[in-house]
Amino acid sequence: MALRNGVSFLRLLTLRQSARLLTTHTRPELQNGGKLAEFPGAKAPYVTEMRFLDETSYDPIPIYRVLDNSGEVIDRNEEPNIDNDSLVNIYKTMAQLSQMDKILYESQRQGRISFYMTNYGEEGVQVGSAAALQPQDLVFAQYREVGVILYRGMTVTELVNQCYGNHEDPGKGRAMPVHYGSKQHNIVSISSPLATQMPQAVGAAYAFKRQANNDRVVICYFGEGAASEGDAFAALNFAATLDAPVVFLCRNNGYAISTPSSEQYRGDGIAARGPALGITTLRVDGTDTLAVYNAVKKARAFALENNKPVLVEAMNYRVGHHSTSDDSTAYRSVEEIEKWTKDESPIQKLKLYLERKGLWSDEEDKAWLKESRDNVVKTMQDAEKKQKPHWKEMLEEVYHDMPPRLQKQMQQMEQHLKKYKEHYPLNQYQSD
Amino acid sequence: MSGLVTNGSVLLTRFVSRFNGCTKRLSSHFTYFPDNGKPIEGETTKMNMMQAINSALEITLKTDDSAVLFGEDVAFGGVFRCALGLQDKFGKERVFNTPLCEQGIAGFGIGLATAGATAIAEIQFADYIFPAFDQLVNEAAKARYRSASQFECGALTVRAPCGAVGHGGLYHSQSPEAFFSHAPGLKVVVPRGPISAKGLLLSCIRERDPCVFLEPKILYRSATEEVPDVDYTIPLGKAQVLREGDAATLVGWGTQVHVLLEVAEMARTNLGLACDVIDLQSILPWDEETVCNSVKKTGRALIAHEAPLTSGFGAELAATIQEECFLHLEAPVARVAGWDTPFPHVFEPFYLPDKWRCYQALVDLVRY
Repeated sequence: MALRNGVSFLRLLTLRQSARLLTTHTRPELQNGGKLAEFPGAKAPYVTEMRFLDETSYDPIPIYRVLDNSGEVIDRNEEPNIDNDSLVNIYKTMAQLSQMDKILYESQRQGRISFYMTNYGEEGVQVGSAAALQPQDLVFAQYREVGVILYRGMTVTELVNQCYGNHEDPGKGRAMPVHYGSKQHNIVSISSPLATQMPQAVGAAYAFKRQANNDRVVICYFGEGAASEGDAFAALNFAATLDAPVVFLCRNNGYAISTPSSEQYRGDGIAARGPALGITTLRVDGTDTLAVYNAVKKARAFALENNKPVLVEAMNYRVGHHSTSDDSTAYRSVEEIEKWTKDESPIQKLKLYLERKGLWSDEEDKAWLKESRDNVVKTMQDAEKKQKPHWKEMLEEVYHDMPPRLQKQMQQMEQHLKKYKEHYPLNQYQSD
Repeated sequence: MSGLVTNGSVLLTRFVSRFNGCTKRLSSHFTYFPDNGKPIEGETTKMNMMQAINSALEITLKTDDSAVLFGEDVAFGGVFRCALGLQDKFGKERVFNTPLCEQGIAGFGIGLATAGATAIAEIQFADYIFPAFDQLVNEAAKARYRSASQFECGALTVRAPCGAVGHGGLYHSQSPEAFFSHAPGLKVVVPRGPISAKGLLLSCIRERDPCVFLEPKILYRSATEEVPDVDYTIPLGKAQVLREGDAATLVGWGTQVHVLLEVAEMARTNLGLACDVIDLQSILPWDEETVCNSVKKTGRALIAHEAPLTSGFGAELAATIQEECFLHLEAPVARVAGWDTPFPHVFEPFYLPDKWRCYQALVDLVRY
């Protein structure tokens, strides 16, 4: 994000409208012998030329990529050193996720679960970043990061149980579908309020930093829409001033429900905010799983070594609807969606890469898609048969110990259900 | 518990009220009744409430390596000096300033607690806790429930100075406890003086649930007691009966407890009546048993708080008393509270539920 100087001025002269350039883009003469002024709030020299800065005063932050859209590595030096099994595992997780999305999306349409959100188009960011982390790293997610969760080892069965809210749901059926969480896999339970996880991630990273021989970082995922929340600014600023080893990973997929990013911000995306707050920052092609892997691997190492935050903005496109409650063709064209489904699909790109390396074939692909589809379907059939948790779970775990008033409310409900049981769906729930 | 507050404080009372009468600014609408009771045996030191809180924080930082203390201007000791000297003793990594952003402070604290650290966050004034409302109500309060105990942030305590201070105006006087009393999962606690502040704060810090600890700022310097030097706790969710009587039950918390203690004395002197005076201490969850047992005995209840009347926590108490003590009540439950207005600057003496407004309400209650 270099502030344009005289050199880039010349370079850009050929590219930009001259009218815009006339007002900016020359290095002003420094006063005070180039010495910095003594204000405590900034380290800067004086000038006598008045020059306002705006979003055109800086070069746009470039997008790092490793693969082109035919799966070819562009610069051999950038090809990550990932063993073959892991590469295949990354691909299989992305494909599995896509199959799970398809089936669960359909099951919501059929009214079998109440709600669902797909991950189409963003599988590469999710799984590529997850592969670059260590299992002990703590994940704070928004909700569209199921690839991370799968790669971490939460099973399709656990995820489907959560969507059905049956008694095997690790969250005991209290939260809406796709609000996953797993202590065992270091994935903090997802909540609906956007960006609230961001300052929390900073706090967790600060706690890790204070532990002896710390080998853990925190990764915090969020969308470009959530980045408009006050909590996002709070988090970035706290992370910078308090030196927290946290990797912020923004999934900039162009839309927050129906709101295009042009109505979300006017600056150079989310990445431009990083350096402004003193945060080491990178922008990456989110459809390129290998680029995401490289970026997060490096970001993790940097954060851990320096006890400092890193911001990675992964450019993406939200191929699916926002959720099952949304029809995205109401605010964008089918052609636009098609382009990102066909030419820039992260799954397709990685598949082509694997094929070039001789690690994957069409036959294997077909077999894997069938296997993963069958796995999800069978899991769903099982999940549907399982009862929901006992109704008393509704009143448990509000506090560590149940206060007397809540105990009383439980007794009230118990008495009520004795008398009116036929009016409640008790047969779907576990009983004493 | 009834002997906890000395009757011999009358002399001091007169002195203080004369002294306050001479000061130019309105700084006190109440007379402080110090605690005489000892929550624990051992050496004591004369401390004001700020020093008692400092002592609780120091004990925590000394005994719990994971504990950190943070907020706006905490490093140099805090604008009310509660963190005085702690950064020198425990280092910059454990006692530090944050950027000026309340939602960040609360969220950062939740994250620390989620990762297993003890987080003591300071919001500079309770009036400025509202930017953190989302983090506290949607996140801290619900963390354990929504994850089915996989994650929780019970090690979070948010301290915030609250209440009237004589000249605080709209944004340095508020008592926001009722807003938080509607958030299942949080614990909300208000001390009435140095001894209760130290014991309750240590309980909050060690509690397995996130706590909002509201410190009546007017007591920071004006309240002085013999505070035990050692570590001790006072249980959460329990009220304390400070005076016993049969004429009526007076319930309050924070500074208002001292107003009610004086009202009880006025009733004894002027009317020959003895009242139960209860310090609720915990707003959420609150001690229904102690309050209702008292009202069943006295048949009359007066609740007083500085916060506005409508939907104040007194409403919750009144409704529960009505429900639980209906056959014992000799008069409607009385509520004396701040008016349903923002907290005004020059009108503070007319705004607060002072001893005269409470006394008249008590007279009406016993004559009903």
